[in-house]
Amino acid sequence: MLTEITIELLQLLMVMLGSPLLVGVIRKAKARLQGRRGASICQPYADLRKLLTKEMVIPENTSWIFRFTPYLLATTMLLSALIVPVLTTRTPLGFMGNIIALMYLFLLGTFFLALAGLDAGSAFGGMGSSREVAIAALAEPTVLIAIFGIALRAGTTSLDGIIARSVADPLLMLNAGHLLAFFAFFIVTLAETGRLPVDNPTTHLELTMIHEAMILEYSGRLLAFVEWAAGMKLFLFLTLLSNLFFPWGVALANTPVALFTAFLALAVKLLLFAGAIALVETLVAKLRLFRVPELLAGSFTVALLAVVTAFFIK
Amino acid sequence: MLDLLLVTLACFSAGAVGALATAPWMNLSRLVGNAGALLGALGAFALGLAGLVGGNLQLNIPDLLPIGGVALGVDRLSAFFVVVIAAGAIPAALYALGYTREYAGKHSLARMGFAFNVFIAAMILVVLARNVLTFLFLWEAMSLASYFLVMTEHEREDTVRAGWVYFVMTHAGFAALFLGFLLLTRATGTMDFADWGAAAAKLDPTSRNLIFVLLALGFGSKAGVIPLHVWLPRAHPAAPSHVSALMSGVMIKLGVYGIARVAFDWLGAGPAWWGGAILVVGAVSAVLGVLYALVEHDLKRLLAYHSVENIGIIMLGLGGGMLFQTSHLPGLAALALVAGLYHTLNHAVFKSLLFMGAGAILHATHTRNMEEMGGLIKRMPQTAALFLVGSVAIAALPPLNGFISEWLTFQSLLLSFQISAHTVNLIFALGVAALALTSGLAAACFVKAFGITFLALPRSESAAHAREVEWTMRAAMALLALACIVLGVAPPLTLAPLEATVFDLMGGLADMRFDWNAVVAHDGFGWVAPLWIALGLVAFLVAIPLAPRLIGANNRRRYYETWGCGRALQTARFEYTATAFANPFKRVFALLYRPVKELDIEFHPESRYFVRTIAYYNEGRLIFEDALYRPLLRMIQALAREARVLQSGNVHGYLVYILVALVALLILTV
Amino acid sequence: MASLIKHIWKTPVVTEALRPGADTEIEVIARHIDDGARKRLGRSLHIRQVDAGSCNGCELEIGALNNPYYDLERFGMHFVASPRHADCLLVTGPVTRNMADPLKRTYDATPAPKIVVAVGDCAHDCGVFAGGYAVVGPVSAILPVDAVVRGCPPEPRAILLGILAALERRA
Repeated sequence: MLTEITIELLQLLMVMLGSPLLVGVIRKAKARLQGRRGASICQPYADLRKLLTKEMVIPENTSWIFRFTPYLLATTMLLSALIVPVLTTRTPLGFMGNIIALMYLFLLGTFFLALAGLDAGSAFGGMGSSREVAIAALAEPTVLIAIFGIALRAGTTSLDGIIARSVADPLLMLNAGHLLAFFAFFIVTLAETGRLPVDNPTTHLELTMIHEAMILEYSGRLLAFVEWAAGMKLFLFLTLLSNLFFPWGVALANTPVALFTAFLALAVKLLLFAGAIALVETLVAKLRLFRVPELLAGSFTVALLAVVTAFFIK
Repeated sequence: MLDLLLVTLACFSAGAVGALATAPWMNLSRLVGNAGALLGALGAFALGLAGLVGGNLQLNIPDLLPIGGVALGVDRLSAFFVVVIAAGAIPAALYALGYTREYAGKHSLARMGFAFNVFIAAMILVVLARNVLTFLFLWEAMSLASYFLVMTEHEREDTVRAGWVYFVMTHAGFAALFLGFLLLTRATGTMDFADWGAAAAKLDPTSRNLIFVLLALGFGSKAGVIPLHVWLPRAHPAAPSHVSALMSGVMIKLGVYGIARVAFDWLGAGPAWWGGAILVVGAVSAVLGVLYALVEHDLKRLLAYHSVENIGIIMLGLGGGMLFQTSHLPGLAALALVAGLYHTLNHAVFKSLLFMGAGAILHATHTRNMEEMGGLIKRMPQTAALFLVGSVAIAALPPLNGFISEWLTFQSLLLSFQISAHTVNLIFALGVAALALTSGLAAACFVKAFGITFLALPRSESAAHAREVEWTMRAAMALLALACIVLGVAPPLTLAPLEATVFDLMGGLADMRFDWNAVVAHDGFGWVAPLWIALGLVAFLVAIPLAPRLIGANNRRRYYETWGCGRALQTARFEYTATAFANPFKRVFALLYRPVKELDIEFHPESRYFVRTIAYYNEGRLIFEDALYRPLLRMIQALAREARVLQSGNVHGYLVYILVALVALLILTV
Repeated sequence: MASLIKHIWKTPVVTEALRPGADTEIEVIARHIDDGARKRLGRSLHIRQVDAGSCNGCELEIGALNNPYYDLERFGMHFVASPRHADCLLVTGPVTRNMADPLKRTYDATPAPKIVVAVGDCAHDCGVFAGGYAVVGPVSAILPVDAVVRGCPPEPRAILLGILAALERRA
């Protein structure tokens, strides 16, 4: 019982405290690639701390949904942190949901964020909401078909089970279908977390914004929660990518040594993914909004190929 | 159980007759009609529950109808559907107590009360019917009663058209049903449903296929699958809101009941293409239904298209079940069927809630057009909160009921890898993709529906002056919202009776384990714990806002205008419109919508440099009507024109017809 | 793509250290926020730039702050798209009649604690446009200014030093 609580607490703390660091590392990597020094990797912590001390300016037209949404976003992310196998294949609360339930939890956050974008009654917010839900809707089939592909090989949709099967059968990771599913899932990660080439997280032009446009009205503590939740979403998606597709180092038993190894392994994998994202963001330009469906359709085809290969290459 | 049935029927009769009898006193007539319906629905709920725990009912009245008389019976499937009907009818009747107030003096409340009671009673008796003529008679009664209810506001042109399309489509479906039943009776030699299961196994394949197609067409048109859906988006908005709630939430489920009976009881396991066709039709209905809903800005028509979508999702479960049955996997077939039936109940609950919310908005703002609404969350806070619960439920988001039934549907579709036929696997994979796309698009559509209707500033005077509706309407919606929550966090309440129902129907025990903690599909293939998720969400939602206060964060808040780049004015003109919100979808799926854009610019008479008004229309075209129905109608009209030759008006010609017919009959029979 | 990667690989980090400037360039007028806020904003400052009618010369210099040589971000500063997200308003231009009201609204839309830095001679005392019919007055006539950076246009180095001075932070 005590081990279980400790593991869940560790996972929660890792996601809560690690996400600003992850965002900071990506920004630092991008800065270095651009030939400048860039802010320190702990800058997002300073940003969040400062935001907590600012007052909240709330638009008069908004309703309770505007103030409720940042808390809901943080809630869904923290709840997902308890379910996702961050450290071990024996996550105590892993029974709460399989990967499909997890995707729907994320969709719950997106739903309310889109509502909050519409709440203030500004054209920017409405535009952001419209685009965000369009992209989320178009990314759903890819996610679920990729999950189908993974589940076919692993024989289960439970996150712990998938990792356990991959660990038991190391050659599985070189499987063509597995790699195709990884590629499709990577594109979905970029789309869902608002990274280039789908959305530019540092743009100032409202016409090019998707995620930013919905949060233009937030300030103070509410903005801190929204930014933190976005960081946690990125952390969780990258954790899923690392542990589901490359489960080296994930703890199989809940012993302190195994957990510590898992922690280090995850840190290394996340660093590598952060570097990969920074590289992609530097080399690739943002896609025009109406070409994003083409990108998502392409990733859907790749995911479908992953499923088909599972049937034909047994 | 017989006494429960008699009490129920007595309440409905009292309501119907009483409404007509007290016609001169409008308010009394309204009260009697709706109260009778409410009591009858309560009785029906008790009846359904009694049937689910294993009660028995047999009612045979030999001479009331020709060839076999009236035969009523109950088994678990019928009882489940009675519960579904009652779950929709109880709130609808409660809602109607307040909603029909505005019809006083303008339309006949007595006729509405009569038709309402007959409608609900007919629906309940249809699922209890046990022979062909009883079924067909009650089916027709249900269709006629609903037709009269749809035509309540018959002074409006679009209502008359809607009623006409509904009338034709429902009777076309009836014709298909009639033919199918006749063929099945002739082939098996009996009109009793109970005997068909065994007898149908001996039928030859051609007749079985033909019967299946006819019955599927008939029940499918009632359910509203694509392409037989054209009556749904017209009739549901035209009817009064409590009737829309019943039609959309409950009546179309009788199509589901029919197909479940055909596939699992009457005809038994068939060739694989039966299940495949139902699954493909379901997938197409789901995706196209939600795509059409996305571009609607009439709130009730949007909800009607969502009914098409959800019927598609239910058909995905049913079709999957049929395919599993063909492949001799009864456990998985049962799981798919449980998922489909669970979604039936959930849809009845949240669709009724949403239609009632739309009715409340219509009541308060006198418009169905979303482009004229806005800011209603501040003027109608409780209706808004209840509509939000319905929206979250229909978008299949945890922890509400839509999530758990879609999760089960996903699990049953994903488990199809146990079949080793490549075409079937591919169809299932596409079914998974269609379901995923549907759920994403449904969430998008309800962001639009809730956001544009309730949030930000009012876009018209009528929206600005909206007021909260009366307590009966809110109470009915609150009841349904509570049901959404309970059905979502406590799935064993529904799964236990459903498991028994499906076992009775087709002999398979669903491949899942469940208790109050978690639902597990197929030996660990998938886990979900809705109660834990709900508790987790609540716990974090309470703890997180407290945390900043504990660490001394700034708690000051200041209310200021929306950021408009320093612009001085913030009016409703700057908000996003429903048409604009749906624009990305219109562009991505332009192949389906084939949008027609029109720009009307009215210039100032003095100079073309000054513009008075600009009107922009971006409408999609209804491809099924253009490509399928219009040519069909043209062909029928051409045939009718040719056949008119027979009506020469000449008496001698008619006498020759009689002579020829007589001679032909004599030759054929003697 | 390959040539781009090669170019990125070959280019080193070119950020230059910040040299101190002449004393007359920067003027800290007032301290509108308390010390605690100043310290926190010193670690993380989000800036919203407002053009109150300038000729865009100052904007070009401010734009240069984002390039690898001056690299604003290494000081924890960041330009943002909405005044709601901002802690500092960087105002340029003599405040024209049409921009006076939007400027005030932008200031009101920014959450407290906040600072205002006026950039350029026009922002200081209307520069060459002083006395014009379209000009209302310098920025300090509309908003409470914390620091002013003189110059027409001031160097990016001076603008950076001005912001740091407003936060009483050493480079």
